[in-house]
Amino acid sequence: MADEIMLLDWWSSMFGMRVRIALVEKGLKYESREEDLNNKSPLLLEMNPVHTKIPVLIHNGKPICESPIIVQYIDEVWKDKSPLLPADPYQRARARFWADYIDNKIFQLGGKIWTRKGEDREAAKKELMECLKILEGELGEKPYFGGENFGFVDVSLVTFSCWFYAYESCGNFSIEAECPKLIAWTKRCLQKSSVSSSLPDPLKIHDFVVQLRKKFGIE
Amino acid sequence: MADEIVLLSTWPSMFSMRVRVALAEKGLEYEYREEDLWNKSPLLLKMNPVHKKIPVLIHNGKPICESMIIVEYIDEVWNHKSPLLPTDPYQRAEARFWADYVDKKLYDIGKKIIWSTKGEEQETGKKEFIECLKLLERELGDNPYFGGENFGFVDVSLVTFSCWFHTYESYGNFSIETECPKLIAWTKRCLEKESVSSSLADPHKIHDFASGMRKRFGIE
Repeated sequence: MADEIMLLDWWSSMFGMRVRIALVEKGLKYESREEDLNNKSPLLLEMNPVHTKIPVLIHNGKPICESPIIVQYIDEVWKDKSPLLPADPYQRARARFWADYIDNKIFQLGGKIWTRKGEDREAAKKELMECLKILEGELGEKPYFGGENFGFVDVSLVTFSCWFYAYESCGNFSIEAECPKLIAWTKRCLQKSSVSSSLPDPLKIHDFVVQLRKKFGIE
Repeated sequence: MADEIVLLSTWPSMFSMRVRVALAEKGLEYEYREEDLWNKSPLLLKMNPVHKKIPVLIHNGKPICESMIIVEYIDEVWNHKSPLLPTDPYQRAEARFWADYVDKKLYDIGKKIIWSTKGEEQETGKKEFIECLKLLERELGDNPYFGGENFGFVDVSLVTFSCWFHTYESYGNFSIETECPKLIAWTKRCLEKESVSSSLADPHKIHDFASGMRKRFGIE
């Protein structure tokens, strides 16, 4: 019996993008539903009553929430193709550690760059660059965070790359200047169709951010 | 070759206690090292350079950080005894979801109750805290444990907060048992397990610790 897979998503969400990438990596067909986050659907509220957030994966009618949990679920169910987590428990723990680091740092810091002004923004910019440098250090000379193969940490981080132009623009800085190896890694990832087909155009993200900044009177 | 296991910990930390519960569930011997968070050891700084936090598990010289990541690691390496995560991927996702919920909510909201200097913030914290516990109580339902018939991953993530309940209740002036009787029954059930009772700190000692910290920060 064919699997029924639905993804409740929002086009600019780096968390939703992670799930898209994982689904494509596994060669899975799914129905994508764009949510209006200002008018959440009854389905979203029913499937994620605790957080009422996207992404939500609905597999044969059963919901899975929180993007790293969804990606791990996809990896475990469709384990015969493109493994995202390594087999070794220590390597798995390291992959989970770095995905958790990304979750705790990048979103909030990036968010502050385009929503705040002056000193707050400058502080966020500094901290974001420190974090990206730490991640660049962790990547080292490997082609991917997963080693020879694209993996869990790559999925977790690459989706922020389409937001980099918006961050750089608002914060007036260049991520490539400070972290050239990381930008090289994003370009390498974008050569994969699972990634290029899942990430929106950075210019669209930038325009979206500009619109939101006008709407909320941030300059 | 015998495994060498070291746990860098602090005795009041509910996060460290999770690791202790998991190690005890698997029947593992380990060296416990108490850290002084005002004067972190070179070993801690070397083993967790990114966050410089406890707990850190050091297994045959290699560090694992972040309590639920450590618990999952322990569960995967010593997978022949007392499984903490279920085998079914959907149930595993549910277990990870609820452990993540505990992580995202309880500690930070609980902090408002104990460390706030403003009455309003404390009241809001208390309300939110009770709502979270009620949601968890509903999730438990009529099961003996969050893991169903067996003590599992979500139980580990939450039970260690129970030794802090007396402290939350004391500063917030409320009774968790009145609001969430099934949850308190569950904590008592868990405390019957040696892995839990031997790993959790005495609630009165926790209260004294919190009181000492509040004085130190001029809140009390």
